[in-house]
Amino acid sequence: MIVFDQVQKSYQVAGRAIPALHPTSMTIETGEVFGIVGHSGAGKSTLVRLINLLEPATGGRILIDDEDITRYSAAELRAFRRKVGMIFQHFNLLSSKTVADNVAFPMKLAGIYSKAEIRGRVEELLARVSLSEHANKYPSQLSGGQKQRVGIARALACRPTILLCDEATSALDPQTTQSVLKLLGDINKELGLTIVLITHEMDVVRRVCDRVAVMDAGRVVEMGPVSDVFLHPRHPTTRDFVFESENIDRNDLQEDLQKAEGRILRLTFKGESTYKPLLGSVARESGVDFSILSGRIDHIKDTPYGQLTLSLVGGDLDVAMQALEAADVHVEVVR
Amino acid sequence: MDALMETLMGNVDWLEIGWASWDTLVMVGMSLLFSVLIGLPIGVLLFLFGKRQLLEQPVAYAVLSFVVNVLRSVPFIILLIVMIPFTVLLIGTSLGVAGAIPPLVAGGAPFFARLVETSLREVDRGIIEATQAMGANVRQIILGALLPEALPGIIAGITVTAITLVSYAAMSGVIGGGGLGDLAIRFGYQRFQTDVMVITVALLVIFVQVLQMVGDRLVLYFSRK
Repeated sequence: MIVFDQVQKSYQVAGRAIPALHPTSMTIETGEVFGIVGHSGAGKSTLVRLINLLEPATGGRILIDDEDITRYSAAELRAFRRKVGMIFQHFNLLSSKTVADNVAFPMKLAGIYSKAEIRGRVEELLARVSLSEHANKYPSQLSGGQKQRVGIARALACRPTILLCDEATSALDPQTTQSVLKLLGDINKELGLTIVLITHEMDVVRRVCDRVAVMDAGRVVEMGPVSDVFLHPRHPTTRDFVFESENIDRNDLQEDLQKAEGRILRLTFKGESTYKPLLGSVARESGVDFSILSGRIDHIKDTPYGQLTLSLVGGDLDVAMQALEAADVHVEVVR
Repeated sequence: MDALMETLMGNVDWLEIGWASWDTLVMVGMSLLFSVLIGLPIGVLLFLFGKRQLLEQPVAYAVLSFVVNVLRSVPFIILLIVMIPFTVLLIGTSLGVAGAIPPLVAGGAPFFARLVETSLREVDRGIIEATQAMGANVRQIILGALLPEALPGIIAGITVTAITLVSYAAMSGVIGGGGLGDLAIRFGYQRFQTDVMVITVALLVIFVQVLQMVGDRLVLYFSRK
């Protein structure tokens, strides 16, 4: 468990303290995939680097499994960091070392593993990330996705309990992003590893995270289970991210809504109700005619969800809304 | 044919040229060795003490940087002369091959230190961060990550330093340093033996070309790109 207790960070610039993270308290549970989403400069990079103290905190306590890491001595901190893997946007592999030597590097630094142990572990990890045949290549001979998989294997070398991902998919194309995210999800399930992932793409959060914190200007402005935050965003920044990830242009949407007649509802359904042929039966029962203004059916991690914006004309609107709510659909009246 | 050689290169004593070439090799080789041994740690310290680096030490950096700058700003011909008393103290003579080596190192080491500092700065900061995140201490970061990653740059620096030392070694002939430079000055310049001058210059050119070629090959090999 990772607990932030009024943690803050500020930088001294020309004698003035510039806050990068305002006092923040939050808890990341063991074994969950926790996403931190925010624009560049929002402080998410600082937040993730506080977890292994690559950035020292300027206030507050950071408890990892009930130990305050801000009180660690330099040697204790180094020992602790071995239990926290980290992967990076630009991979940060050593270009002078082969793939196998890169994966072995953290184990060699730890100085507590025998050569045979290291060799065995490297083989096992490279097989896990499907790179066994590339063991003796240099990073420059690999594609971006392969480099990130080497990064993941390296981060797992010393059997960490926490994996920090700093924009790990931001430099990858959509297809590679998908495969890297799948790998992270699998690792989380197989090893029970806690993953903290920062990104500026809500889509990444939607695919792998259990919970998410949204950051803006050095503060966490919204936090909760991904389905809640994603389907019912409250803070304007969160809304921006959700719209962005769905490729919705707000102005276009406003125009569409103005052209539509009648009441406008936004329906949100999750889980099994996603697949039920609900709209037709509701329309028949209530005599309401509907047209779909926008809509999306997709998954949040493993849960299917749908979100539709409808305009409704005629019939009995109250009956329709009751029928929808009875079927576990969240109804929001837009107009 | 022999007559032609006699008129063109009548003054050239090939044995003397051979010995002088060997002396130049020894001077460059020895001074390069000590320049690297002294310059490398100074370069690493300059890097570590620098702004926003691992062991940021503004005062130590300023002092070290000042010393390096002073040695680098003295023209080498002056450094040769200024160093004479110190050289005599150190190895008993300021003449010949041995006498030339201390001033060569005094000129080469700070030059090489700056090149090391620059090539370390060019290592991606992300690599340092990743190594720190693995729990490495400063020594491990330097030996395990920084120096291997900067190796191509450092080898290029050794090549540039070696070539600079070839010209410095030739210059040391002015104060009786020995080698090809000494030959060029004593015979080519003072006795107007143009043929000797041409041969020594040609040999120096070949020497520099070979050094650059070997250096470039090594850089390519260690670049892994």
